[in-house]
Amino acid sequence: MSSAMDLEYTAAQSKPKAFYESFERKEELRHQTHYCPGCGHGIVHKMLARAIDELGIQDRTILISPVGCSVFAYYYFDVGNVQAAHGRAPAVGTGIQRSRPGSIVIGYQGDGDLSAIGSAEILHAANRGENITVIFVNNAIYSMTGGQMAPTTLLGQKSTTTPDGRTAEHEGHPLHMSELLATLSAPVYIERVGLGDNKQIAQAARAVKRAVENQVRGLGFSLVEVLSPCPTIWKMPPVEAQHWVRDVMEKTFPLGVFVDRTKESRPRAATNAAPALEEIPRILGTRDEDADAIDDVPALRAQEVDLHVRVSGFGGQGVLLLGEVLAEAGMDAGLEVSWLPSYGPEIRSGTSNCHVRLASSPIDSPLVTHPNVLVAMNEPSLKKFSAGVRPGGWILYNGATLPAEYERQDIRILARDFTREADTIGDPRAANMVMLGALLEIAGTLPQASIDAALRHCVKQPKWIDLDERALVLGRSLCKQFLERGAA
Amino acid sequence: MRKQLMKGNEAIVKSAILSGCRAFYGYPITPASEITEAAAFYMPKTGGVFLQAESEVAAINMLYGASSAGVRCMTASSGPGISLMQEGISYMAGAELPCVIADITRGGPGLGNIASEQSDYHQVVKGGGHGNYHTIVLAPHSVQEMADLTALAFELADKYRNPVVLLADGFIGQMMEPVEFPKRAVAPRLPHWAVAGTADSRGNLISSIHLGCDELEAHVCNLEAKYRRVERNEPRAEDWYANGAEIVLVGYGIVGRILKAVTAEARASGLNVGLLRPITLYPFPSLHFQRLAARGRVFVVVEMSNGQMVDDVRLALNGVRPVEFLGRAGGNVPTHHEVLALVKKLAKKYCPALEPEELAHV
Repeated sequence: MSSAMDLEYTAAQSKPKAFYESFERKEELRHQTHYCPGCGHGIVHKMLARAIDELGIQDRTILISPVGCSVFAYYYFDVGNVQAAHGRAPAVGTGIQRSRPGSIVIGYQGDGDLSAIGSAEILHAANRGENITVIFVNNAIYSMTGGQMAPTTLLGQKSTTTPDGRTAEHEGHPLHMSELLATLSAPVYIERVGLGDNKQIAQAARAVKRAVENQVRGLGFSLVEVLSPCPTIWKMPPVEAQHWVRDVMEKTFPLGVFVDRTKESRPRAATNAAPALEEIPRILGTRDEDADAIDDVPALRAQEVDLHVRVSGFGGQGVLLLGEVLAEAGMDAGLEVSWLPSYGPEIRSGTSNCHVRLASSPIDSPLVTHPNVLVAMNEPSLKKFSAGVRPGGWILYNGATLPAEYERQDIRILARDFTREADTIGDPRAANMVMLGALLEIAGTLPQASIDAALRHCVKQPKWIDLDERALVLGRSLCKQFLERGAA
Repeated sequence: MRKQLMKGNEAIVKSAILSGCRAFYGYPITPASEITEAAAFYMPKTGGVFLQAESEVAAINMLYGASSAGVRCMTASSGPGISLMQEGISYMAGAELPCVIADITRGGPGLGNIASEQSDYHQVVKGGGHGNYHTIVLAPHSVQEMADLTALAFELADKYRNPVVLLADGFIGQMMEPVEFPKRAVAPRLPHWAVAGTADSRGNLISSIHLGCDELEAHVCNLEAKYRRVERNEPRAEDWYANGAEIVLVGYGIVGRILKAVTAEARASGLNVGLLRPITLYPFPSLHFQRLAARGRVFVVVEMSNGQMVDDVRLALNGVRPVEFLGRAGGNVPTHHEVLALVKKLAKKYCPALEPEELAHV
């Protein structure tokens, strides 16, 4: 052997550095894989290991082993290794790559893994253009589980679950994943290669390296589909199996480049740098200065406040906001508070309500089934909640007169067209704040400063704050008039 | 004192980021969507990753990836979404990967409805995925606990290298209460076992496969030893007038709040009633129950489900005391009046020593 040939032989046969020195998968065979003779995985492993060597990325590489015959890829690759659930490697790879953008994430999947159970994950990872590399080994069969049909099984091909051969009518046509993914805008590089002869293998090695190199350059999603022999399950001698890849499989799955945007692709912009740790409470708004200073008002606490309020009306009447301003004001005044909205189908069908509690001692249940004040902004609310009002309690009703069926002698009822009242000061939509004004007059305990602060906290637009302040004053005066009339 | 009025769902996200969480992968579902939305808003601003996944299956596997890479990570979902995540939760438990999952429960089975139920107890507490594993389950009953238990969840997840579920209902998620956060943010740290794409971490492997029978049995035994440590060290419960109570009410989450109101009212009417509120559902606070059995004559479990926690209470008491159950479903909430009526009925049956006038109006 000449020295040049010797060198070539060494280059071709030597063990890539990205492989471990010895393989412990099979204890008795330290330098052999667990793969069957003639299996394509060993060849693909070697070209991938060599690409990792050549690109100098061994320390940065994280290989995701799939479920299938290559589940034990981590026994061979001396890189960071993560083993994933069947079909989920693209999602796992997304989770790794997004948090560790300096790493080189390589997903290694078979055809059952990628094209059947993991069809959603590969489609969406490709569509997002994740900066990962996927090696898709297609042998047209589920091998590890003993030869069942895969989405890529050829028409007419027999498997244990298509004993008479796959038919288009019953199982559908073989799924062309590379062509399917090539319809997406994001992938940078998609090529199908084969292991059918040495020429094909040489092309496959080039494609694998390119797919990894694209990631090193930060270009985005690359996938290489490798048509690969499975002599054991195909029940063929290795050489015949290899030729079957070239002579038969390739007719269904033509080789070639389906996407190549490597020239026009640019590395993605780096994500924003993380802020300093000390900055985080400010960004989240959880610093002391973002929170309300809770006034310690012993006088208020001594009053044994125990307000159970239910606010109800149509969506859009500001029911939830009314409750929120009340709760916020209560908290500002040093009371215990809770605010609980109705949510979901009730909102969609147009009604809305919330439970608000203000108390001088810790609040047990935030649910208000028996309010001492019911704010009913429409008649359906009255119908739903008025019977539950505690004796001695109040109903504030948004209507000129109370329908007779809701009359009760053991509670006080202020019925008024609050929407019209709000209209007189500029906007009928301020009815909720007129009613809140009346409620505050009844409750009588909250300092004006807390109410002002709460309004400014909950209502962001200045034009509304002015209107709402006037609405609160109006509500208070309407309530006072009512009380005076009652007294007279 | 300084506090903020905030929804439980928002408090979870802020607490998570303050606890060093830097990755959130989720899929929208009522009533947990505010968590995902708040994460979308805050994660990118705080140096974290947010991504809306194509499904809950993908979301939990993205957590598998982020956690493998040594990042504190979380997701949020509800009943049907948690069902889809069970595969990934089993893999994470098997591979001993920490993560935090907020389950803001809704009604089931199937599409059920979006109102509050507590019917995810079985699938979360008993480990709804395949294999021999547990998730640690924390059950907040206030917005402050949403924040506090989120911080605890990240600590426990890392301490035991195990998924932790924050099991809350739609009420606690949607409710606003005053909340106080820690002053300082926790710095993210890279665990020694992570696969982070570095020379130091190159030798690491994250995997849940143990092909040999003995090998897998040894792994399961190791997990079991870990769960025994969790059961020894981590049970938590709130004892609310329960010490010495003859009738012990039992409920978690929003039901715990209702039962506090019932307890107050029952005690005011002279009945010796208390509340034991499990805060950890796994590990179940069995010792708390056994201690209260000395004086407690009957334990009354109240749930917004068909009684999924009852078996755990029975096991904890091991037959020494009767266990009664009151449940509502479909989004209906047990009112404190119906619980009180049951308490009075049970007082008659189990506490004959009570004064006749106290029972006269029962």
